[in-house]
Amino acid sequence: MSDHETTKKEPKVAEKRPALYLAEYETPNAVAKAAMKVRDAGYKSWDCHTPYPLHGLDEAMGLAPTKIGVISFVCGLMGLIGGALLIQYANNWDYPIIIGGKPPGSFPSMVPILFECTVLLTGFGTLFGMLHLLKLPMHNHPIFESDRFAAATDDKYFISIEVADSKFDLTKTRALLESTNPSHLELVQEEVL
Amino acid sequence: MSDDTPIYEIGETYLLPQGTTVHDITEAVARVTETKAPRGWWICFLPSVSLLGLMTAVIAYLLAMGIGVWGNNAPAYWGWDITNFVWWIGIGHAGTLISAILFLFRQKWRTSINRFAEAMTVMAVLCAAMFPALHTGRPWFDYYLFPIPNQMDMWPNFKSPLMWDVFAVNTYLTISVIFWFVGLIPDFATLRDRSETMLRRRIYGFLALGWRGSHRGWQHYERAYLIFAGISTPLVLSVHSVVSFDFATSVIPGWHTTIFPPYFVAGAVFSGFALVMTMMLIVRAVFGMHNLVNIRHLDLMNKFMLGTSMIVGYAYAMEFFIAWYSGNPYEQWVFLHNRAGFAQLDSLGNWGPLWWSYWAMISCNVLVPQIFWFKKCRTSIPIMFVATILINIGMWFERFVIIVTSLTQDFLPSSWGNFHPTFIDVGLYLGTFGLFLTLFLLFVRWIPMIAIAELKATLPGAHPNLHHHHGEEHDHAHASAEPAPAE
Repeated sequence: MSDHETTKKEPKVAEKRPALYLAEYETPNAVAKAAMKVRDAGYKSWDCHTPYPLHGLDEAMGLAPTKIGVISFVCGLMGLIGGALLIQYANNWDYPIIIGGKPPGSFPSMVPILFECTVLLTGFGTLFGMLHLLKLPMHNHPIFESDRFAAATDDKYFISIEVADSKFDLTKTRALLESTNPSHLELVQEEVL
Repeated sequence: MSDDTPIYEIGETYLLPQGTTVHDITEAVARVTETKAPRGWWICFLPSVSLLGLMTAVIAYLLAMGIGVWGNNAPAYWGWDITNFVWWIGIGHAGTLISAILFLFRQKWRTSINRFAEAMTVMAVLCAAMFPALHTGRPWFDYYLFPIPNQMDMWPNFKSPLMWDVFAVNTYLTISVIFWFVGLIPDFATLRDRSETMLRRRIYGFLALGWRGSHRGWQHYERAYLIFAGISTPLVLSVHSVVSFDFATSVIPGWHTTIFPPYFVAGAVFSGFALVMTMMLIVRAVFGMHNLVNIRHLDLMNKFMLGTSMIVGYAYAMEFFIAWYSGNPYEQWVFLHNRAGFAQLDSLGNWGPLWWSYWAMISCNVLVPQIFWFKKCRTSIPIMFVATILINIGMWFERFVIIVTSLTQDFLPSSWGNFHPTFIDVGLYLGTFGLFLTLFLLFVRWIPMIAIAELKATLPGAHPNLHHHHGEEHDHAHASAEPAPAE
């Protein structure tokens, strides 16, 4: 405990450690070809960063199809069932009301609300499912330490390989990325807290 | 893969001027939020804020006095309020149509206009929701509309079309906001990465959620976007259908018809496209977006309006046919006398008092759009500007005609009456324009008004060409068309 407090109070000289390699490419073709090389070298904790979704990169990176559809479907189903239970509970079990001589459970009058509940929950499921799969919001990431990375949302294409990858090696990974002819290659460091 | 082929618009020319680069798009769109507002923006903004002030004052007066200050009275219990509600919500439909339905149909020209249109959806639905919320008379009790336990220990009646409307409109608003925001995440990241001040960096950085353009992310994102488009498509068709159920499930002559759902949806898309056009022509001139939203986009939009106008015109004709074919005298009275104003004089020897609104509707919605058969009219900006405004006037009259002419003279002549709007009706309607325009102008000023990432993806050569690699190809075929993303 006391250790922690003393280290915190010391005037900090930012100590840094490598976080990832960041290779920059000028064209979609260059980044896609590089991605195939990285994929074939067997890396797992790596990614491409592009200003817009590049079609064909899924395959070049060897990504499995996304599961988000399953999340949306399950949430939509919950909306459908939840909506039905809500209507039945409110207008049939808790406080039965007979309107227009129709039985409380009459199906046609339920359709619009069931539909809306299904859509609403599908939408929530898709939004939160997507954020979960993307691990967003995450406002802090070592990749932002790079000054050049701002171009990833403009007109440059990047590949990052993180130290977390079991195959990461300062020299070998560098050699691999250099062999893909990036226009720029850097080792991004993060501060050790 | 169709994505690899250059984007021709109906096989004619490039969607964007040849040689447009990825960076050009970033610049053109992001620059708007980074420089001082042009004078044109202020010229639009000041009157808009004034109208917003008018709306606030009118609502304050309305809340203090009660809704008796509106023109609604027996037998016209619905008047301008519901007319405006239906009109505004219809405006929103074009946004969803452009962003979702055209997305599913892979209409790439939509990328220049979808962001606008989605923003307009959100703002129009907000304006729309205000009218029924105020029409309840005591808006502070509006939470009774939602299925939440309340002190009366009662639940809403889920068999009421008005409840369906509550669900439809709220779902529509929520899904539209989510869809819009999801589309904005990568563009907020673009603004974040271009920020020069800490404040901008913080705000756009917060909104971008830490987006890194990661392809593992794009993969989920694109599928999520497709799902949103997939659920928004039936949603948008359902919303105006449900709005039409408010009328169609009643027994009032002129309302009790099965044609209402498709008729309302087509009308909604029609008027929404018209308002998108009106706004786009202004914004395009003010911010100089002529390259990104060019005459080809406008031409296509005009064709859409011509098409939906024909559907609406067919519905108008079919209503008359059914009134005759059904042999129902009340239905015939409403159409021939109350609406069209001819055929019969009523017992007091009057013409249908609102015949002029019916004919205003027919002229604006059916006759005016016929000019879009001619390419000259589809590509002339002054003509289309005037036409889109007329169309929206016509579509407002359509809702007015449906609501008021049916209610004022229905079954029993002794309960007939007329409807007279008050200044409060007018003030509130104008005021919602203030709300809409103020929000819209703030949007174009601070939020990327064109979908940057989506537009980039439509450039020729924007995607890797991995499927025909005969050796170490370097894009021989695309080399000339390739936007050459920086060198």
